[in-house]
Amino acid sequence: MEQSKENEFSLQLKASGYRLRTRMTQQVAFWTIRLLGFVVVGILVWIQGFIIVNGAGVLSWDFLTQAPTEGMTSGGIFPAIVGTLCLVVGSMVFAFPLGVMAGIYMNEYTKDHWTVRLIRVVTNNLSGIPSIVFGLFGMALFVNTLGFGDSIIAGSLTLGLLVLPIVIRTTEEALKAVPDSYRSGSVALGASKLQTIFRVILPSAFPNIITGLILAIGRVSGETAPILFTAVAYFLPKLPTSIFDQVMALPYHLYVIATSGTDIEASRPIAYGTALVLIIIVLAMNLLASFIRKRVSRKQR
Amino acid sequence: MIEAKNVNFYYGDFHALKNINMKMERNTVTAFIGPSGCGKSTFLRLFNRMNDLIEGTRLTGECLIDGQNIYDKSVSVVELRKQVGMVFQKPNPFPKSIFENVAYGLRVNGMKNKKEIEEIVERSLRQAALWDEVKDKLKKSAFDLSGGQQQRLCIARALAVSPTVLLMDEPASALDPISTSKIEDLIYALKKEYTIVIVTHNMQQASRVSDNTGFFMLGELVEFSETKKMFLNPDKEQTQNYITGRFG
Repeated sequence: MEQSKENEFSLQLKASGYRLRTRMTQQVAFWTIRLLGFVVVGILVWIQGFIIVNGAGVLSWDFLTQAPTEGMTSGGIFPAIVGTLCLVVGSMVFAFPLGVMAGIYMNEYTKDHWTVRLIRVVTNNLSGIPSIVFGLFGMALFVNTLGFGDSIIAGSLTLGLLVLPIVIRTTEEALKAVPDSYRSGSVALGASKLQTIFRVILPSAFPNIITGLILAIGRVSGETAPILFTAVAYFLPKLPTSIFDQVMALPYHLYVIATSGTDIEASRPIAYGTALVLIIIVLAMNLLASFIRKRVSRKQR
Repeated sequence: MIEAKNVNFYYGDFHALKNINMKMERNTVTAFIGPSGCGKSTFLRLFNRMNDLIEGTRLTGECLIDGQNIYDKSVSVVELRKQVGMVFQKPNPFPKSIFENVAYGLRVNGMKNKKEIEEIVERSLRQAALWDEVKDKLKKSAFDLSGGQQQRLCIARALAVSPTVLLMDEPASALDPISTSKIEDLIYALKKEYTIVIVTHNMQQASRVSDNTGFFMLGELVEFSETKKMFLNPDKEQTQNYITGRFG
């Protein structure tokens, strides 16, 4: 009698039969998913490692500060770095104010109006357009119709268009994250809407907006197709002196010396070096973005 | 003097306030009580036109302050809100320093004189009984303060622009009992200079701080009378039931 009562309350802790099978399935699924995760990381490491191993050898101070020499088979990539910086700055001067203003309009002025929905649909579509199409559009409008020619300004405007959706969307998200209590608190003190936006909302959204800006910079510095017909030169012996000058740029320089240089074999190490510099720039930008985001989220906690 | 005449208010089709008439005298504290969703906060927010920020709302009737209809076309909302300050349910300091929080209202109203701003900031913080606690850390972020201190900072912020009326929407509901009693003492002290209207869920609080009390239910002002009378001998059975906790 006592014995049976004890059994009644004892726990069944050993898995068996069906339970055992579920646990096996669980394990298999877990390891498959984990493996696939590592494959993704592996691919990335492989690509980056390949470029680092091949490109690290040519990296030097001279490589960063000298112009290409001997038909781009030796020398450095200084003009391309300068050109890329010009294009980055130019495109941000254009896209950043425009995108931030659009974001402010969408989040602060006309919530849920049809115009906002229209802007949102259009920006989403804009971000889905292949970059070569932006390049051709830039050539048609800025280079030919507006007569800028192949120039920093034409390339910057084209790149600016390309990243406008990123800037608009991150601005909108950043503004959405600002608590409404800031808005009502400010307005209740007799501040106008514009004062509220500039004195309270933008300062607290600013770090997140900057994150968007930096992501956009990363994107701009790596794009080739939009500048192909609008800004870059195959080889330029001098640095640009005005925004209407052509420039060299890192991604295009890489494309040129890897596919149509004077001596592709001889310039291969330089190609790897260029790729490495480009990757370092983009990586640095992304790290900076996540650093700022982390710092801010810690501050606001 | 604040007055509501035949006020009806709608959120879309929802009739939130039903034909409300009320008079509040200068330098008194008026408390609004009633179950959640009864319209007391909505009514409070009419007097600094915060309901304007919500789309699809409609008002009929008149809201008067010192005889002037604040919904008249000639009235500037910005000027109105300088005159009618507001303290919100949850402390909502700006992500700025303690000093800048209080100076904010002065700066947006165009005050530039540094000395004048400093004086007013100190005076406001003293009025809000916060000065001694923060005088050595005015440059620190307002978020470093406790919830109760933040709420008093928000009161100081509202006082800095020299309003005549102070609206308080459940100012102590997010605070602990000690902070709550500090806020209540403050309300009592501020009565001398300001006309105060406070929404509260706390019956004892209403009876402690207010001169007059309005009891709202389902968008109607059921009863409005002197607080003493309201809590000891209300006219309506509904009021009696609510105050004694039989429902709500």
